Amino acid sequence: MLYALCFLLFMIGLYCAVVKKNMVKIVIGIMIMEYAVNIFLIMLGYRFDGVAPIVGKSELAEQINSVTAAFVNTAVDPLPQALVLTSIVISLGSLALMIAICIRTYERYGTFDITEIRRLRG
Amino acid sequence: MKGMTVVVKTIASWVKILIFLFGIYIIITGHRTPGGGFAGGVIIAGSYVLLMLAFGRQFAEENLPLPLASRLDCAGALLFALVAIVGLVFGGSFFVNFLYQQQLLPSKAFQLISAGTIPLSNIFIGIKVGASLFLVIFTLSVCCKDFKPATPAKEKEQN
Amino acid sequence: MFEFYTLLLFCIIAAFIAVETRNLLSAVICVGAIGFGGSLLFLFLRAPDIAITQIVVEVLGLVILIRATISRDITFISGDREFFGTVVSVVIIFVIFLAGIIVFKTIPPFGTPVFAQVPDSASQTYISTGLEKTGAANLVASVILDFRAYDTLGEATVLFTSIIGATVILRRRAKKKLEEPDA
Repeated sequence: MLYALCFLLFMIGLYCAVVKKNMVKIVIGIMIMEYAVNIFLIMLGYRFDGVAPIVGKSELAEQINSVTAAFVNTAVDPLPQALVLTSIVISLGSLALMIAICIRTYERYGTFDITEIRRLRG
Repeated sequence: MKGMTVVVKTIASWVKILIFLFGIYIIITGHRTPGGGFAGGVIIAGSYVLLMLAFGRQFAEENLPLPLASRLDCAGALLFALVAIVGLVFGGSFFVNFLYQQQLLPSKAFQLISAGTIPLSNIFIGIKVGASLFLVIFTLSVCCKDFKPATPAKEKEQN
Repeated sequence: MFEFYTLLLFCIIAAFIAVETRNLLSAVICVGAIGFGGSLLFLFLRAPDIAITQIVVEVLGLVILIRATISRDITFISGDREFFGTVVSVVIIFVIFLAGIIVFKTIPPFGTPVFAQVPDSASQTYISTGLEKTGAANLVASVILDFRAYDTLGEATVLFTSIIGATVILRRRAKKKLEEPDA
């Protein structure tokens, strides 16, 4: 059910990116899709009553630098977290690139409307 | 951009140091607490963006000149790759954690100096991310409508 | 479970408003609401690294987006695209919806991840031997900077490329403005 809500969020973003004709609205749709995918990936690694994948002092075993079995059995998945961590920073870079394109287009044509821009060019 | 009112300027001049120190803290303890190079780098970029929004572009550029920012950007990426290449030389494969596996440094969990090359990589990633995000927001603010004609020093950096 | 439903519904409502509102500044602020709700959601999903990064990135992204939309004259664009484009869009959305329905049957239920059932999966190895092999107590840091450092190198490259792209796109305008005082 939570996955379905994530998918609904993704579909809202896709609708916005495909149907709208304002350039900033398209950028907003792409951002909503990014949020939905990030939340979905993190949810895939969650387990009930899980703990964060950060070793605390109470989770150290007796021998040096090893963790207890209880921590191994309750920690959530660190792998999607690592992937999403890079993806979030990349999304900021790509957002800056898209906004730069929008600003240039606005300065050239004076509008954000993509059908208007197509008509002016052609 | 001329900057904002005196209230905003005063508060920003107090808060900017705290934000910057918090970014450094997030970076250098990234291997044992939540955080790391990405989050810390974005926080450091955020402190300069606060300066830029509160005091105007000129003030932010006097604090962190654009050539210095782009050099920091390149240097962060190069040093991060250099850590990997040093691992290739000393440990036998690319990106090997040579400082930890050959016990060159005291390595016990939860210490500040532990985990081999991970804090080093965190610092370089933080420098790289912070400098590049500051650069991109600065570049986006150049095309604002109330752009003032530039000084000759800014023409030189364009080349 | 309750907090997940609440925060996701909050995100969905904010996304709906962001899509449907006419004012671009309201849409941008609703995007910020989605981002902060997502940050809280990451915190409840036991991912504090992601929560910190998301909340900071959201602030900078809002600065970028507001700078793009404020002081623009025409922010009201009414109507949708023409008929053919709308039909194609609806077909694309429907196909992706069907693909999503098919995928739903293969993913495991919420709260019981796949890696917990496979004994020697990669994530299980990272959790059990990550501290021993890298010495970092934060297992996410040990994954992104030791086990999977190639991803981080690629991320640095992508960020570098996007910055260069933004600079190149905006450069000519700046140069033209710089040459005006001489003329």
